[in-house]
Amino acid sequence: MSAYQNMDQMTGDFYTQKFEAAKQDGTLIINMGPQHPSTHGVLRIVIEVDGEYIVRAEPVLGYLHRMHEKMGEVQTWGGFIPNMGRVDYGHAMAWNWAYVGAVEKLMGIEVPERAQYLRVIMTELNRLTSHLLWWGAYILDLGAFTPIMYAFDDREMLLDILQRPSASRLTYSNFRVGGVQMDMDDKCIELIKAFIPHFRDRLPMYHDLVTENIILRRRIEDIGIIDQDMCRRYGCTGPVLRGAGVAYDVRRSEPYSVYDRFDFEIPTQDSACSAGRYHVRIAEMEQSLRIIEQALEQLPGAEGSHIVDKAPKPAMKPPVGEAYFAVEGARGKIGIYVASDGTKTPYRVKLRAPGFSNMNAFAEAATGTILADAVAILGSLDLIIPELDR
Amino acid sequence: MNALRKHVIQPILDCWSLLVGLKITGKYFCKPLITVHYPRQVIDSENLSTYGGHVELVGMPKDPAMPKCISCMMCVTNCPSNCLKVVKSKPPATTPEQEQAWKEAEERGEKVVRPKAPKQPTKFMYDYTLCSLCGTCIDNCPVNTLRFSSNIYWVATSRKEMHIDLLARLREQAAEVSASAPKPEARPAAAQKEA
Amino acid sequence: MNEFIQNLIPLVVAVVGSMAWLAVNALVLVYCERKFAGHIQRRPGPFEVGPHGVLQTLIDGLKLMGKQLLTPDNADRFLYWLAPILSMIPVLLLFMPIPYGPVLTGMEVDLGLLLILAFSSFNGLALILAGWGSNNKWGILGAARAVAQTVAYEIPLLLTVLAIAFMTGTLNLTEITAQQAGHIGNWFIWKQPLAFIIFIVAMFGETNRAPFDLAEAESELTAGFHTEYSSMGFGLFFMAEYGYMVVICSICSVLFLGGFHGPIPGIEGWWWMLIKTYALLFLMIWARWTFPRVRFDQLLNINWKWLLPLATFNLLATALIMKL
Repeated sequence: MSAYQNMDQMTGDFYTQKFEAAKQDGTLIINMGPQHPSTHGVLRIVIEVDGEYIVRAEPVLGYLHRMHEKMGEVQTWGGFIPNMGRVDYGHAMAWNWAYVGAVEKLMGIEVPERAQYLRVIMTELNRLTSHLLWWGAYILDLGAFTPIMYAFDDREMLLDILQRPSASRLTYSNFRVGGVQMDMDDKCIELIKAFIPHFRDRLPMYHDLVTENIILRRRIEDIGIIDQDMCRRYGCTGPVLRGAGVAYDVRRSEPYSVYDRFDFEIPTQDSACSAGRYHVRIAEMEQSLRIIEQALEQLPGAEGSHIVDKAPKPAMKPPVGEAYFAVEGARGKIGIYVASDGTKTPYRVKLRAPGFSNMNAFAEAATGTILADAVAILGSLDLIIPELDR
Repeated sequence: MNALRKHVIQPILDCWSLLVGLKITGKYFCKPLITVHYPRQVIDSENLSTYGGHVELVGMPKDPAMPKCISCMMCVTNCPSNCLKVVKSKPPATTPEQEQAWKEAEERGEKVVRPKAPKQPTKFMYDYTLCSLCGTCIDNCPVNTLRFSSNIYWVATSRKEMHIDLLARLREQAAEVSASAPKPEARPAAAQKEA
Repeated sequence: MNEFIQNLIPLVVAVVGSMAWLAVNALVLVYCERKFAGHIQRRPGPFEVGPHGVLQTLIDGLKLMGKQLLTPDNADRFLYWLAPILSMIPVLLLFMPIPYGPVLTGMEVDLGLLLILAFSSFNGLALILAGWGSNNKWGILGAARAVAQTVAYEIPLLLTVLAIAFMTGTLNLTEITAQQAGHIGNWFIWKQPLAFIIFIVAMFGETNRAPFDLAEAESELTAGFHTEYSSMGFGLFFMAEYGYMVVICSICSVLFLGGFHGPIPGIEGWWWMLIKTYALLFLMIWARWTFPRVRFDQLLNINWKWLLPLATFNLLATALIMKL
């Protein structure tokens, strides 16, 4: 029987009806989202609650689907880059990098050293902004209003820095096949050098105000266990996986660009709970600072060598073939697969969004917890909804 | 004893963190504000100049009201969002007599120089509603006549206003610059007035 | 008859006075809270309406009144509109027995403390009616939380108050204040420090304020019990919340901080009461803008496993000392 029969007697849409079929007695089905304050956008989760205990949960996606993959098939190779800034507004540079990396691999382009370092610096700065955004929003989900303002204080400084070499403040699309769009001037490097000690001084404040706070600790410790087995089943990567104790980081396990030249640690936590993921991200901020410091020290080449000579035009024609390139984004492993049939437009662009896999672990992790925990788990996954839907 | 410590003493000690939190927010309460209070204050010009707003034309050094543009259409063809529209200049109108004369000259085997269209475009329309500020047009411009404006205070009240005529904007900018530049004759008069 | 009118006139004056006091307090407190929050977060807070934004709350109130009163489909209209009124009315009554100054007492009641505790429970009823009547699932969850919370937190509140009553031998707030006259050492905070701490914690729970604002927890329940309310329906809940805050902080200053008596002998007056009440209110605001929200089961655990045994212990100890 089709789910659409007897339409006028049914309430709720297709997903609610499907979900309702397995409803137990005495439970309540509620829609968390698409307009709910703590789903950060338009994620919708259908939840069956028994009192406040979650019996079942099911995420419903598609409210922000913009067909980026299909757009890739009609745009020119270079014309697809601005789309990459819009997939994940939190860590746009990593997506930029994944795409241009894949195209460079396909075309066999050697990127100049300076461009590699500039990419590293900008991506790591962008990772900091992403983690700060997550940090503030997560604490906001848990009910504290002030930390997000402190986080945005620092984030604003980063955006002021990042707008210099990219001319954007959020949806960066300044990576080009063969390098980056603009070079970093001395003033920008100076600002970054000034920012690092400033931010190092702020981290203890974050720690005292939030991380050590007993209310927060009780809210996130031992909540939402996503262990290694679950991570493997769902394909979770990034801080979710590292929070489960697996030291997997694309920057280390399959080093791309110049990441093998830096000395940095991969923070892990064995607790596999929301607090584990929280601590991993906080520790990652410090590691990003370390990478930026080393990259600034090693930054080679004269100003101007930020892009390869005779950089390909946007309407380039890569040779027939396919390529896959993965980078470590703030939310996990971003992988982009491109296939070329030798024309001006890609034959296929496949975007592997880490948030999508991470989000799917939510339903299992949230089962049996209470409603407030669902918010704590959802926030700890660091979901960016445009990235889930693409 | 262990259970006592875990369930009774530790929670009481942990409450200290609440006081630490209050101390931090209290400290920041006493510190000066950091926001820029917009109508009364504006962000510093250093920050403003690096802001990447909508695309604008760059004038020629000698004649700032004329763009360096050569109507090569690189920006139009490479724009992923199709937000630029450039109309090339047409060659000046010719009379039938001129045409006849050139034809005869060609028949005689002479080299004819027909008047060429000026390189500058007659129209340079930019649709800001479509633009994704990727800068591809700027990268691909062979004469560097495009750049991001630092026009952070730009507002529009209708969609139509977001279709910007970049040539008109360039003329306005040039007029503004020349108006604000001190004119040699005007200066003594102003000085006298002040005196 | 004459005597009746003689009694009635001060009562009417007191009711009107407390209405005005409530409205003024709500305006001032909302402004203070927003300004305080702004400065904690290093931004100016309201700034545009009036000098430093002092008229902002007034304008917001006007805006709220100008909005459409919406009743959701299938809502229980009677209960739905009864709830905000029921939340608001008792607040007026609660101001009556509180002695704000040597003569500034609305109505001297022998059982003033009991009256306050009894009528403040109306708020719990109002919240459950609001949640139930609005035909909204989030509203019901919020209402369920609100009831469990207010009922739970009333008990330690009552027990600490009882300890004070044991010491003073009266439930009359004026009498309790009188017994703390003299210098700062006579304030009951020194004799009942544990009760004071319990009272402060229970205060947050009883008024549904962060970090115990579980009933409206906007990141979990969108807005809890008042999800569906618009216009002054919401406005009344909002004003009532601030009203309860003022009441409970006033009681706290009367019970523990000497009411209108100053820290040194000789100076007494309503300003001391005002200063103490507002100091406590600022503590509540400060906590709200600093801490995350506790979880619901933790909230109840704090109450049943910590506050209640401690309050009982405190009461027993007080009784024992009084007996000796």
